[in-house]
Amino acid sequence: MSREPILTARGLVKRYGRVTALDHADFDLYPGEVLAVIGDNGAGKSSLIKAISGAIHPDEGEMTLEGKPMHFRSPMEARDAGIETVYQTLALSPALSIADNMFLGREIRKPGIMGTWFRMLDRKAMEKRARDKLTELGLMTIQNIGQAVETLSGGQRQGVAVARAAAFGSKVVIMDEPTAALGVKESRRVLELIQDVKKRGLPIVLISHNMPHVFEVADRIHIHRLGKRLTVIDPKEYTMSDAVAFMTGAKTPPAQSIA
Amino acid sequence: MTETKTTSEPAQEFERVLSQSATAVASFDTHERSPLEKVRHFLHSSPASVPLIVLVLSLIIFAVIVGSRFFTPFALSLILQQVAIVGIVGAAQTLVVLTAGIDLSVGAIMVLTSVIMGQFTFRYGMPVELAILCGVALGALCGFINGVLIAYLKLPPFIVTLGTWQIYLATTYIYSANETIRAQDIETNARLLQFFGEKINIGGATFTYGVFAMLVLIAILWYVLNHTAWGRHVYAIGDDPEAAKLSGVRTKKVLITVYVLAGLICALAGWASIGRNGSVSPQIGQFANIESITAVVIGGMSLFGGRGSILGMLFGALIVGVFSFGMRMYGTDVQWTYLIIGVLIILAVAIDQWIRKVAG
Repeated sequence: MSREPILTARGLVKRYGRVTALDHADFDLYPGEVLAVIGDNGAGKSSLIKAISGAIHPDEGEMTLEGKPMHFRSPMEARDAGIETVYQTLALSPALSIADNMFLGREIRKPGIMGTWFRMLDRKAMEKRARDKLTELGLMTIQNIGQAVETLSGGQRQGVAVARAAAFGSKVVIMDEPTAALGVKESRRVLELIQDVKKRGLPIVLISHNMPHVFEVADRIHIHRLGKRLTVIDPKEYTMSDAVAFMTGAKTPPAQSIA
Repeated sequence: MTETKTTSEPAQEFERVLSQSATAVASFDTHERSPLEKVRHFLHSSPASVPLIVLVLSLIIFAVIVGSRFFTPFALSLILQQVAIVGIVGAAQTLVVLTAGIDLSVGAIMVLTSVIMGQFTFRYGMPVELAILCGVALGALCGFINGVLIAYLKLPPFIVTLGTWQIYLATTYIYSANETIRAQDIETNARLLQFFGEKINIGGATFTYGVFAMLVLIAILWYVLNHTAWGRHVYAIGDDPEAAKLSGVRTKKVLITVYVLAGLICALAGWASIGRNGSVSPQIGQFANIESITAVVIGGMSLFGGRGSILGMLFGALIVGVFSFGMRMYGTDVQWTYLIIGVLIILAVAIDQWIRKVAG
């Protein structure tokens, strides 16, 4: 890989009391790739992802985006820098509408005096863009874009969260277990969506426990173990059982196997 | 990076059959909803409708049992006058309750600011306008203290405002030395303090400026809560603070502004209460916090946050006003009013739970 990574992390450390969630973890994401992050429960995947998406502040370590150092103090700053995250919890507000949710924190205001002076939201514009996005992704058939998210099924909620990230991500899209709550057909849609987003040139970080999905879409697989990067493998050179063996510690990866 | 598989042919064997799967747009089994379900769906989508229906029903009931005396413009406008202060304080409470908080200190802030407005004018000879401004600023400061303790120190709103309620009230008594400023003195020297007590007549109905203040305030807040980003953020925080934060809502900042705004509104209530009572007394407004919470709950707002409408709060306050006025006209013991309001509170929460099942 001769190209420069778009997103890097070096020596990230995060401690929660006596628990060390990240123990000098490294991370590299190259432009236009799908990087899967796998690891056992408690390996520190979530902490790693949260550090990149700005939800937690690492105690130590450096991160760079396109070569520039970055220090996110909130998810908002990461988003402003172009990093969008689909959280496992989805981070949707149940009582708000689909459109309100998609634009939460970056609402569109009406043009002219109504927007600047009275700060009125441009519901029509937001609903139109939300509808366009959802249709484009073909993720669901929603009768009413103004309906509350709590009235949607689990898969539909996932669709809204994925659509939100795809709509706004400009540099990196992070997906935490995007297919965990979905059926076969909806999972397929999300995997296709990952390919779509990739084709547009956006790199994707995919966190998943689903080995078939990981091996299908990932260009490289980052294996996380005991709070640090154990190795990075090429899915075409290893089998799923190899990956599981590395991540559980049943096998040690060959040295210098940074793909 | 090599060429990836085309998305048209699924990678997993068991997914091959997907190409033959149904392509029709999902048409849900649109089983005829029973009338009860329809009602529930309607109530779920318009949270202020239950209190509105109860309000209309209570008006009809009192019109029947009390008779034509009740249904005069004068009597009805009197209810509005009596509700004005609770309505203003209730607006402050609405903001806080929407964020899943509660503010027990609203009444104390109201009394403290009214005393400051009065004492600054009469004790230090300050111009009335300046004294009022000081009161308003103090109201904002009180709200700011609540907000910082809740948003930054992450203390529960109930505990924080239980504490500040005592603190603000004690400050009021200590500062004022439990002194009342008489209505005549205010009338001759500082009429502006009684501004919200001024009355105008429209076709037999008498409205104080306080009534208009309440209605305008609620209209503005309704707009802000429903049509601005800040308003949506208030709902989102009450709904699920963690999700709101991850979605990019600056939760701490929004929480602080909510409590500061609540303090400002309480200061407005303090000013309006001088107009209502004529005098400035540290003894007034003892139960404003409980009355505002009552209005909010009967108005169909959820104390768990994120649900409800400020219009519901207005209807809730009016329901209480109609009952206390109607019962008095009917000539019963005032305790019956409290008994009925107690029943209404419990009913309101029960109905709220029932409506919410629509989402489950």
